[in-house]
Amino acid sequence: MTTESILMMAVAMVIIWGGLIVSIVALRARPERDDLPPGGVDDHRQDAGIIEHDT
Amino acid sequence: MTWFDSRAIDAEAVGLVSTDNTTAAPREQFTGQVGFILSAIGSAVGLGNIWRFPGVAYENGGGAFMVPYLVALLTAGIPILFLDYALGHRFRGGAPQAFRRVKGWLESLGWFQVMICVLIAVYYAAVVAWAASFFVYSFGLDWGDDAAAFFVGEHLQLADVGGADPWLTFDFVAAVLIPLVLVWVAVVAVLAAGVVKGVQRANVVFIPLLIVAFGILVVRSLFLEGAVDGLNVLFTPDWSALGDPSVWIAAYGQIFFSLSVAFGIMITYASYRRRRSNMTGPGLVVAFSNSGFELLAGIGVFSALGFLASQQGVTVADLNFQGVLLAFVTFPTIVTEMPGGAFFGALFFGSLVMAGFTSLVSILQVVSAAVQEKFALSRRAATLGMGLTLGVVSVLGFSTTTGLILLDTVDAFVNNIGIVASAIFMCVFVIWLYRSGPELRHHLNTVSTFQVGRWWYVCVGAIVPVMLIVMLVQYVITRINEPYEDYDTTYLLYAGWGSVALLFVGAIVFSLPRWRSREEFTAWPPYPPVDAATEQKGFIR
Repeated sequence: MTTESILMMAVAMVIIWGGLIVSIVALRARPERDDLPPGGVDDHRQDAGIIEHDT
Repeated sequence: MTWFDSRAIDAEAVGLVSTDNTTAAPREQFTGQVGFILSAIGSAVGLGNIWRFPGVAYENGGGAFMVPYLVALLTAGIPILFLDYALGHRFRGGAPQAFRRVKGWLESLGWFQVMICVLIAVYYAAVVAWAASFFVYSFGLDWGDDAAAFFVGEHLQLADVGGADPWLTFDFVAAVLIPLVLVWVAVVAVLAAGVVKGVQRANVVFIPLLIVAFGILVVRSLFLEGAVDGLNVLFTPDWSALGDPSVWIAAYGQIFFSLSVAFGIMITYASYRRRRSNMTGPGLVVAFSNSGFELLAGIGVFSALGFLASQQGVTVADLNFQGVLLAFVTFPTIVTEMPGGAFFGALFFGSLVMAGFTSLVSILQVVSAAVQEKFALSRRAATLGMGLTLGVVSVLGFSTTTGLILLDTVDAFVNNIGIVASAIFMCVFVIWLYRSGPELRHHLNTVSTFQVGRWWYVCVGAIVPVMLIVMLVQYVITRINEPYEDYDTTYLLYAGWGSVALLFVGAIVFSLPRWRSREEFTAWPPYPPVDAATEQKGFIR
C-alpha cells in the first residue's frame, strides 16, 4: 500500500473505531443519569418479564 | 393484548391524571440498554453498509471521502438520529403517534414514514430471500464459472425488459418465491413474539454472529493476493474531490441512508425504551457502530475486489463494485476463485441474510406499531394482518421474472425522494414551524449522559435540511430529464413516480380514521422545566 493510503486508512480507523470505543467506554462508565427529576416512572406491568410470571 | 397508551399510566404515577388501568395492557419495552443498542445497530447495519458504502467511497475521492463522510456523520447522521430518538422517547409512540403529539395533523407525516417502510419492506424481503438462496448455493458453488448468467438467468429468470418486452409479468419463479415466503413467515414470527422475545432476541443473537462472521471474512480477504491493491484503490485520496459539491452530497446521502433515520424506525425503537433511560449515550454507540461496520465492509470488499482484479488481470474499476451486482455477481465470482470458497461464500451470504433480516424486522416493526396504536389492535393481530397483506404484495411484485426491475425502480424512487422528503418535512415542521427543538433538546439532556449543545439546532434546523433539499431537487430534476436506467417512461410513471404518490396517498388515507386508543398523555420530563422550589410549594401536583 502507498503511504498516503495507509495514512488515510489509519485516520479513518482511529476516528471511527476510536469513536466507537470511546462512546462504549463512556457509556459503561456512566450508563444512566443518577439525577433524574421525579416522575417518569414506568408502570410495573410494562416489564414483560414480570407480566409473564405474575400469576 | 390491546394497545394501551402507557403515558396515561406515567401521568397518573406523577399525579397529573387519573386513569383506570386495571384492564389496560402495558406498552412493550426493551429490557435494557444492551438490547436496545443491539436492536438499533441491527436496524442501522443493513445491506447498504456492505454493498453501498465501499463503492460510494471509491467513486467519491477514495481516502479523501473520509473527510466529508465524517463531517456528515457529525453534522447530519448523529443529529437526525437524536431527533428521531427524542421524538419517539418523549412522545412514546410509533411515528404517527409521536408526530401527532407534536401537532395533530403531523400524524400524516408519521403515516408517510410508515408508507416508506411498507414499500421498502416488500422489496427488501426479496433481497434477503435472494441472499438466503445464495447462502445455500454457496456450499456447492452452484453459480459455476458465470455468476452473472446464474444470477439473472437461472436464479431470477429475469425477463428481457429491453424494448417492447414485458415490464411486468406474473410469471413466478419458484427459486425466489419459496425463500421469499419463508422470509415473511420468519419475520412475522419474530414480530409476533414481541419487542423483547422477538425483536430484541433476534438482534441479540444475530448482531454478534454477524460481526464474528463478517470479521472472519474481512481478515481472510486481507491475506488474499492483490488485497493490498484493492485497499490502495479505496484509500488513495483524491483531494481535488473535496472541492466537488457532489462528493459532499454523496457523503451526506451515504450517512443518511445508512443510519436508518427519518423513516420511523428509530422513533419506534426509542418509544420502547423506559422513560428514565439514557438516550444520547447509546445513540453515539449506535452511530459509531454503523460507521465502524461500514469501514470494516469497505476494507473487506475492496480487499476481495483487489484479489479478483489480480486473478482476472483487470482493474477494480472494471468490476461491479456496488449494489446488487457486487453481492450476487462479483462476490460469487470471488468466492469461486478463493481457496475454501464455499466456506467464505456461506459466511458472506450468511452475513447478508443477518444484516438484511434484522433491518427488515425494524422496518416492519414501524408498520406494526403504527397499526397497533391507531386501531387498538393486539400485537398478534396487527402483525399477522400486516404480514399477510405485505407478504402477498411482496410475492406478487418481486418473485416474478420482472421482480428485479421493479425492485430497482421502487428502491431508487422511495429512497431518493421518499426518505429525503420525509427528513426535510421533519426538520421543517418539527424544528422550524412548531419550534419543538428546545423541548426535544431539553428532553434528551434531562434523561441522557451526553449533553446536546445548541449546535444541534444548527444541524437539524439548517445543515440537514439544506443538504437534503439540494439532494432532493437535484435528484428530481435528473429523474425528470433522464428516465431512470433508461427504463420505459410509462413504466417509470407507474412504478417509480407511482410509488412516491402512494406515500402521499397512504399518509392522507391512514390519517383520516379516528384513533381507537386512549388519549391521555403527559410528556415527561415536563417542559418548560419545573422549578424544584415551585414544585415543593405545591403549585404542581
